[in-house]
Amino acid sequence: MAASGSLFSDRRARFGLIVMALAALIALCAPLLAVDPSLQRDIVATRFLPPLRTDLHGTFHLLGTDRFGRDVWARLAYGARVSLGVGVLAVLLSVVIGTLVGAAAGFWRGPVRAVLLGLTDFALALPRVVLLLLLASLWQPSAALVIVVLGLTGWMTVARMVHGEVRALVARPFVESAIALGVRPPRVLARHVLPNALTPVIVAAALGIGNAIMLEAGLSFLGLGVQPPTPSWGNLIASGRDTLVNAPWVATAPGVALVVVVVAATLLGDALRDRLDPAQRREERS
Amino acid sequence: MLLALVRRALAGLAVVVGVVTLMFFLLRLAPGDPAILLVGPTASPAQVEAQRKALGLDRPVAEQYAQWMGQFIRGRWGTSIATGRPVRAMIAEAWPATVSLVGISLLLSYILGIIVGAVQASRGGATDTALSVVTVTLFALPGYWLGLMLVMVFTYWARALPSFGAAGFDADFLTGWSRLADRLRHLALPLTTLTLIGIGGTARYVRGAMLDVKGLPHVAIAQAKGLSPRQVTLRHILRNALIPVLTLLGLSLPALFSGAVFIEAIFAWPGVGRIMVDAVGARDYPVIMAATAVSAVLVVLGNLLAELLAAWADPRLRTAEPAGAA
Repeated sequence: MAASGSLFSDRRARFGLIVMALAALIALCAPLLAVDPSLQRDIVATRFLPPLRTDLHGTFHLLGTDRFGRDVWARLAYGARVSLGVGVLAVLLSVVIGTLVGAAAGFWRGPVRAVLLGLTDFALALPRVVLLLLLASLWQPSAALVIVVLGLTGWMTVARMVHGEVRALVARPFVESAIALGVRPPRVLARHVLPNALTPVIVAAALGIGNAIMLEAGLSFLGLGVQPPTPSWGNLIASGRDTLVNAPWVATAPGVALVVVVVAATLLGDALRDRLDPAQRREERS
Repeated sequence: MLLALVRRALAGLAVVVGVVTLMFFLLRLAPGDPAILLVGPTASPAQVEAQRKALGLDRPVAEQYAQWMGQFIRGRWGTSIATGRPVRAMIAEAWPATVSLVGISLLLSYILGIIVGAVQASRGGATDTALSVVTVTLFALPGYWLGLMLVMVFTYWARALPSFGAAGFDADFLTGWSRLADRLRHLALPLTTLTLIGIGGTARYVRGAMLDVKGLPHVAIAQAKGLSPRQVTLRHILRNALIPVLTLLGLSLPALFSGAVFIEAIFAWPGVGRIMVDAVGARDYPVIMAATAVSAVLVVLGNLLAELLAAWADPRLRTAEPAGAA
C-alpha cells in the first residue's frame, strides 16, 4: 500500500478526510460545542427562531431553533453522534460478515463456494429497503436494530470483492508454499491470504459508510429507526418536515450536513479506489 | 442462449420464493401475536384462542407455511387487516403507479446520466472536475430530503406544483389535455427527485467505464486510423463502455425501487412502496407479504431484462457461461 502522505496529495481524499475528521470531532465534542438539547427553558420565547439569532435569555442560536425551542445546531451535533455511530458500526458489521463469507468462498472450492456464492447472489437480489422496513417493523425500532439490519443487508459487495481477491491470491506461489510447508488451511487463510486481500475492503467500507448513514437517516425519517427525542439526522429531517413552511431551516440543516458527509465519504472512497485499483487490475490480467 | 435464459428465469423464481419464504418465517419469529393484535387487548383468553384457530396459528409452523404458500400461489392473498379490502385489489391498483414512476425516471436518468458521463470522460479538465462535483453531490443526496426541498421551493414558495398524490381532487372531471396536464404536474416533483439522484450514479459509472475503455488498444488503433475524435468517442469508447452500464441497470433496480419507497412516502404517490410503508406501520401482515412478493418479482424481472440487454449489446455474452461458473 502506498504511503498515506501521497493519498493526502489527492484533492478528493484531502476533502474527504478533513470533512470526516471534522464531523467525528463535532460528534465527539458535542457537549462542549452545544447546549445539551434536553435542557430547555422557555418554549414559547425561543421557538422558531431563524438562524443567527439571540433569544431573550441571551443564548445565541447559530442555526435557529425548532418548534420546541431547541437549538438546531445542538440537535445536529448530538445527532451526529447517532448518525455517524450507526453508520460506522453498521459498515463494520457488514465488512466483517462480507470478509468472512468472501474469504471462505474464495479459499475452499466445491460445495462451500457454491453455497456461499449462491447465498451472496440471493442476498444481492433482495430489495434492501423492503427488508429494512420489514425488520424494523417487526422489532421495536432502535439504533441497535438499525445497525444489525444495515449490517446484515450490506455485506454482499464486500463478500464479492474479497472472494475475487482471495481466489487470485490462492493461486500465488507464497500461498502454495505455505500449504506445502504444512501450515493448516485456516491459518494460511488468516495469516497469508487475508492480509493481502483487504485493500478493496477499505474502499468498500469508505463507500459503504455514506450509504449506511443515508439509509439510517431514511429509516429514522420514516419513523422506523432511531426514535425521538434521541436526535439523529434522519429524524431531525422528519421533524422539520412538518414546519417546512414556517421554519425551513429545521429540515435544511441536517440535510445539508448529511449531504456533505456522504459526499466526503464517497470522494474518499473514490480516491482510495483510484490508488488501489491499478495493482488490482494487474493481478486480474496476469 | 435459450437454455441460459431458462436457467436465469428459474433462478429468478427461486429468489422470489426465497424472499417470500424468508418473510413468512421472519413474521412468525417476530414478537407479538397477530391474534392479539386483531382482537385487541381487552379480549378474553377464549377469544384470543378462537382467533388463533381462525388464523391457523395453532398448527405447526411448517404446516402453516405449506398452506399459506398453496393459497398464495393460487392468488388468494387474503384481505388487509387495516383496510378490510382484498389485498389483490390494493396491489392491482398500486403497481402501475410504481412502474410508471420508476420506469420513466430510469429512462430519463440513464439518458441524461450517459450524456453527462460521456461529456466528462471525453472533455476532461475543468469541465470534468465541475461536473464531477455536481454528480457526486447528486449521488449523495438522500431522496426524501431532496424531495422535501423541492416541495419547499416549488409548492410552498413558487406555488407552482402539487406536492402529493398522482392526480388532483378534480381529476375525474377533467378530460383530454387538461387531464394529461394534471397528471404531469403531479408527476413532476417525484419524477424530478428520483431522476436527479439517478443521474448522479449513472454519470459517475459511465465516466469510469469510458475512462477504462479509453486505455484499451483498439481505441489507439481507431485513432491511428485517422477517425475523428467524435467517431472514436461514440463508436469505439462509448459503445463498449455501455455494456457494463447495461448490467448496472439491472443491479441498480433494487436500489431504485428502494429509493421509490421513500419518494412515494414523501409525495403520497399511490404505489406499492407507499402501501408497503403504510402496511408496515399498521402491521398489516397480508399486505406486507403481497407487496414484498410483488417488489421481488419486479426486481427479478428487471435483472433478467438487464441481462438480455447486455447480451444484445455484447455478442461475447451470448455464448458465455452463466455468471456463477466464472
